[in-house]
Amino acid sequence: AAGMFLRLLSDIQWRAANPKWRRMTSSRRSTSTTAEPHPVSLPAQAQVVICGGGIIGTSVAYHLSKMGWKDIVLIEQGRLAAGSTRFCAGIVSTARPVAIELKMAHYSNQLYQQLEQETGVQTGYVKTGSISLAQTQDRLISLKRIAASLSVMGIPCEIITPKQAVQLHPLINIHDLVGAMYVPEDALVSSANVCVALATAASRNGVQIHERTTVSHVTVQKGRVTGVETDRGRIQCQYFVNCAGQWAYELGHSGEEPVHIPLHACEHFYLLTHPLKEPLASSLPTVVDPDGRIYIRNWQGGILSGGFEKNPKPLFTEGRNQLEIQNLQEDWDHYGPLLSSLLRRMPGLETLQIMQLVNCPESFTPDMRCIMGESPTARGYFVLAGMNSAGVSYGGGAGKYLAEWMVNGYPSENVWPLDLKRFGTLQSSRTFLRHRVMEVMPLMCDLKVPRWDFQTGRQLRTSPLYDRLDAQGARWMEKHGFERVKYFVPPGKDLLDLDHSKTFYKPDWFDIVGAEVKCCKEAVCVIDMSSFTKFEISSTGDEALESLQYLFSNDLDVPVGHVVHTGMLNEKGGYENDCSIARLSKRSFFMISPTDQQVHCWAWLKNHLPDDSNLTVEDVTWKYTALNLIGPRAVDVLSELSYAPMTAEHFPSLFCKEMSVGYANGIRVMSITHTGEPGFVLYIPIEYALHVYNEVMNMGQKYGIRNAGYYALRSLRIEKFFAFWGQDLDAFTTPMECGREFQVKLEKGMEFVGQEALLEQKQNGVYKRFTMFILEDHDTDMDVWPWWGEPIFRNGRYVGKTTSSAYSYTLERHVCLGFVHNYDEKTGEELVVTTDFINQGEYEIDIAGQRFQAKAKLYPFSSLFTQRRRKDEVELSGYQRE
Amino acid sequence: FYLTPPQVNSILKANEYSFKVPEFDGKNVSSVLGFDSNQLPANAPIEDRRSAATCLQTRGMLLGVFDGHAGCACAQAVSERLFYYIAVSLLPHETLLEIENAVESGRALLPILQWHKHPNDYFSKEASKLYFNSLRTYWQELIDLNSGETTDVREALINAFKRLDNDISLEAQVGDPNSFLNYLVLQVAFSGATACVAHVDGVDLHIANTGDSRAVLGVQEEDGSWSAVTLSYDHNAQNEHEVERVKMEHPKSEEKNLVKQDRLLGLLMPFRAFGDVKFKWSIELQKRVVESGPDQLNDNEYTKFIPPNYHTPPYLTAEPEVIHHKLRPQDKFLVLATDGLWETMHRQDVARIVGEYLTGVHHQQPIAVGGYKVTLGQMHGLLTERRARISSVFEDQNAATHLIRHAVGNNEFGTVDHERLSKMLSLPEELARMYRDDITIIVVQFNSHVIGACQNEE
Repeated sequence: AAGMFLRLLSDIQWRAANPKWRRMTSSRRSTSTTAEPHPVSLPAQAQVVICGGGIIGTSVAYHLSKMGWKDIVLIEQGRLAAGSTRFCAGIVSTARPVAIELKMAHYSNQLYQQLEQETGVQTGYVKTGSISLAQTQDRLISLKRIAASLSVMGIPCEIITPKQAVQLHPLINIHDLVGAMYVPEDALVSSANVCVALATAASRNGVQIHERTTVSHVTVQKGRVTGVETDRGRIQCQYFVNCAGQWAYELGHSGEEPVHIPLHACEHFYLLTHPLKEPLASSLPTVVDPDGRIYIRNWQGGILSGGFEKNPKPLFTEGRNQLEIQNLQEDWDHYGPLLSSLLRRMPGLETLQIMQLVNCPESFTPDMRCIMGESPTARGYFVLAGMNSAGVSYGGGAGKYLAEWMVNGYPSENVWPLDLKRFGTLQSSRTFLRHRVMEVMPLMCDLKVPRWDFQTGRQLRTSPLYDRLDAQGARWMEKHGFERVKYFVPPGKDLLDLDHSKTFYKPDWFDIVGAEVKCCKEAVCVIDMSSFTKFEISSTGDEALESLQYLFSNDLDVPVGHVVHTGMLNEKGGYENDCSIARLSKRSFFMISPTDQQVHCWAWLKNHLPDDSNLTVEDVTWKYTALNLIGPRAVDVLSELSYAPMTAEHFPSLFCKEMSVGYANGIRVMSITHTGEPGFVLYIPIEYALHVYNEVMNMGQKYGIRNAGYYALRSLRIEKFFAFWGQDLDAFTTPMECGREFQVKLEKGMEFVGQEALLEQKQNGVYKRFTMFILEDHDTDMDVWPWWGEPIFRNGRYVGKTTSSAYSYTLERHVCLGFVHNYDEKTGEELVVTTDFINQGEYEIDIAGQRFQAKAKLYPFSSLFTQRRRKDEVELSGYQRE
Repeated sequence: FYLTPPQVNSILKANEYSFKVPEFDGKNVSSVLGFDSNQLPANAPIEDRRSAATCLQTRGMLLGVFDGHAGCACAQAVSERLFYYIAVSLLPHETLLEIENAVESGRALLPILQWHKHPNDYFSKEASKLYFNSLRTYWQELIDLNSGETTDVREALINAFKRLDNDISLEAQVGDPNSFLNYLVLQVAFSGATACVAHVDGVDLHIANTGDSRAVLGVQEEDGSWSAVTLSYDHNAQNEHEVERVKMEHPKSEEKNLVKQDRLLGLLMPFRAFGDVKFKWSIELQKRVVESGPDQLNDNEYTKFIPPNYHTPPYLTAEPEVIHHKLRPQDKFLVLATDGLWETMHRQDVARIVGEYLTGVHHQQPIAVGGYKVTLGQMHGLLTERRARISSVFEDQNAATHLIRHAVGNNEFGTVDHERLSKMLSLPEELARMYRDDITIIVVQFNSHVIGACQNEE
């Protein structure tokens, strides 16, 4: 029985047990594996060099080689499957709250299932199923949400009663449970063996594998990867893939041009026991008890149980450290609370004998999602790391997506939530990472409720008005390191209550945000929007205009002073970015994009703009404070402050002008809002920010001005059917699919990126359509609120998922936005979605297992708009994500 | 009547305060990591005071505990004023001139001290002008004297102590037209206070002590055990040198009356103190001041009472004894505490309890299963027991609080007994003073890395 354990710990013995591997490698390497550490010298060049021989690195190699790339070298500093992979608990679990993670895990499961047959290497794959337990009603809601996602993907799963749970696993103590979720197809594998199987297949496809070789750094020239320096010499290559797991951060920083990969290791403990008197069946389901912070799987007739404690122990903060590696020992005092939890869940295990407490570090990322993609600074430098202790579950799918990315230019799914470029240098501080992962690791088990904010690593980027707003009761959230106001707590309200508004139901800020929304509609509000990314693009000649015309779908050859909303599209016509661009002069443009576009958009421009010294792009995000004045009285406030007429005749919408506000001159005023209400955005050089804010607030008194936050903005923009990039829009959504044909100028007389794809869509129709849903029979006070990711049903059949939702204070109803597809009833093939298809259907939205009737709309309610406005401008102004 | 553990904690933690020296670039360049302080009253109101501040115009940090008697007025005044006197004594001539010029021309003053205060540690607003004027006179004199020599810390400490006591005495003699202030300065002068002050600058630790508070250094031996090194002399009847000194200062005829029942003139426990003008002024001066003073003073039997056998005042001085110690990497912390602590705990126990607290549970041997046959249940029991053992340490986030918990709650086995703790803390006000004294503690933690680096440089 201990045989497998020994295999886990001893590579040598394990190799002997796998004759196929030895035969294959020895034939390749021409000498015996045991005698010579380096039987084959490294090649001088290769197309791809992958660093890291764990499950991630081998999965990338496997998929790349399957897709036809053959000239690949995989380098491992020790032995294959010797790092976190060797110590991994081997649970393949698809119950993931984030859709893309769920898809990766599902694919991994399918891949591992047939891997043994494909490669002949035993992977230990057993389809045991898994049971996730709920000790509270809130936990059950979150399980039901996951179950809804799994079901529409065709993954069997079931919400079961505690009694049913005990029938599936007789050891479970159910007295404190309210329910559970059963996923029968979840599996167990030996992660090390999966890794070797992947390596074996890759090797057969021509991938060269070199163990005991250490990458010292990656060389980059002119922003492109040129080669890899190792302790055994240099390999020239076009692509480098950093799959170094918890060493990925250090490796990223080893070169001259650092690649920031924000992850940090924490110790992770699990317990192994001897077999029970009556050994547990290897088919017994895995039990996950998130409220108890533990997971329990059968292992060699006994159990393997680990967990995510509240007080994690981060390590390797100062980099790889031999002393810390040696000190990685069993820490029973630290494991104590998890042991209590285990015995509470399975009291029958009291007499079970301990075999070992394993301490295996895992790497965690600042937002609990893994890191995938190409470096924004070094082309050809790819990363796949930071698995947040789910390396086995994600390994297969993540490797596939990254391989597609490298071969096809982009994966087959939207992986923006995992994209390396969602981070910048600002998340790269070791202090930040150390503090953040100490929060993230316990979160693995915490309830994921809507509108959750991280508590650590805050107040990094702030507006100059931060203290002023804070003193007025601002409650903060963070985006890309930037502090933004959620809402303002009126004086006298109980603050403690508000800080604990973590619920799936109606939150306690409901009335506060309602009052802010009302003020936006009836008077005027100020929202600090400084976090948005701001670039200035200018040239000495016409280069700026020409290149922007090529990169953007709308026509930018507009008179100076005009503002244009436009998508920055990829070849398939999908949104890489959604921005507003003001033409400041003939040769300079001011571009505003969502906050988290700072790195991605910069990289996109750098990669697509011609290398022309006449053309300059500058990130001016930090130079301006942006104040958004929303509401019918914004015009009055501004005209009084500037002694300039601001009415529609003098200052039409989508217009931009530099003017003075109060004493401050040179304020860039744009007649756009992010909500569709009338109003202006003021771009203020930061030294004037406080002055202008004070002036606006003083002058605004008589018009009933007040501060507002992003929650009000969100409610306003969703009830107006405005799509935000990053939430509703992504690289797989085109303007045609979200009712924005008017932002595409196919006839602007110039070729632009994505034009062909859009032309085709225009002729052939679209396969999904952005739609607005008004919930009909949903009780705001009593029912679980929608969030995003809820399945949409049309005439009882699944047609898509929501992407965002909010309560509309105007309609007094919940509004969900989402995409409707048209799947063929028999084949499941995607068909064209027409307006009629949308309009002629009965819709339901599934919120945590309960379906609510919804009315579908393709256009916003016109009655919501108090002012007469230019025909298309309503939709024009909605471009930003919250 | 029984206090629950949370109630006990809220009493113990009411006055706790912690300060961590801020780090720069992830490094703390000060030899002080920070300090924890706390006080537990027995008198109502408490007569102990504490102070901590960073010198801004010179380097170093000042920390002190002050034990008042016959009221808290003198201890309060000393806790507010003494550090300014020390800081001024340490200032170079140019800085003094700069400050004086700023005051003269009404410009903003350079800040001299950064205080680290618990919200309950207050400063008297009414007297600040008076105190400031006295301090200014002091620095003006220093400017006139301009010795040109660099300031010696020992001398600065001694001068500051003596000068402040002198000012307290003078202010009481001169009085103040404001009747409230007039009464205040008299209260300050007629009550008394001891002071034990530490000045830490790099590896140089100076302790200036007046009275019976005490400074003890916690030293970690090579084997990890803890020992205590006392860095102050108690000024009381138990100190032979001190008795000897007092006898030397007065005629032989008074010898048998000087120390009675271990008290100075049979009345005063500490042999050195601030204030206490009843032991310093001549009888004539005392009578004149009391008679011309406000009615409250006249009605007070204590102030009118002249000590017996009072022939050759002064009998009492505020001059401190100063001990200089070069910090070594094994010197981990310093405990400054009023006699309330030292009469209940031996310094050796204090060093051990604080040392073990600061190093945390790391001292508990880790458990290793090894080849033994251990079941999950057995392990669970073992861990639960270990947790209970260390939970008393974890309850406190403050070393001073932890020490008070032991001082008040220790049973004969040297472990905290909750029942005892609860009883001691629920004593009615009038009884509390019979079972315990006010306790004030500051635990200063040193930065061994910085101290080690400083040593190597020297």
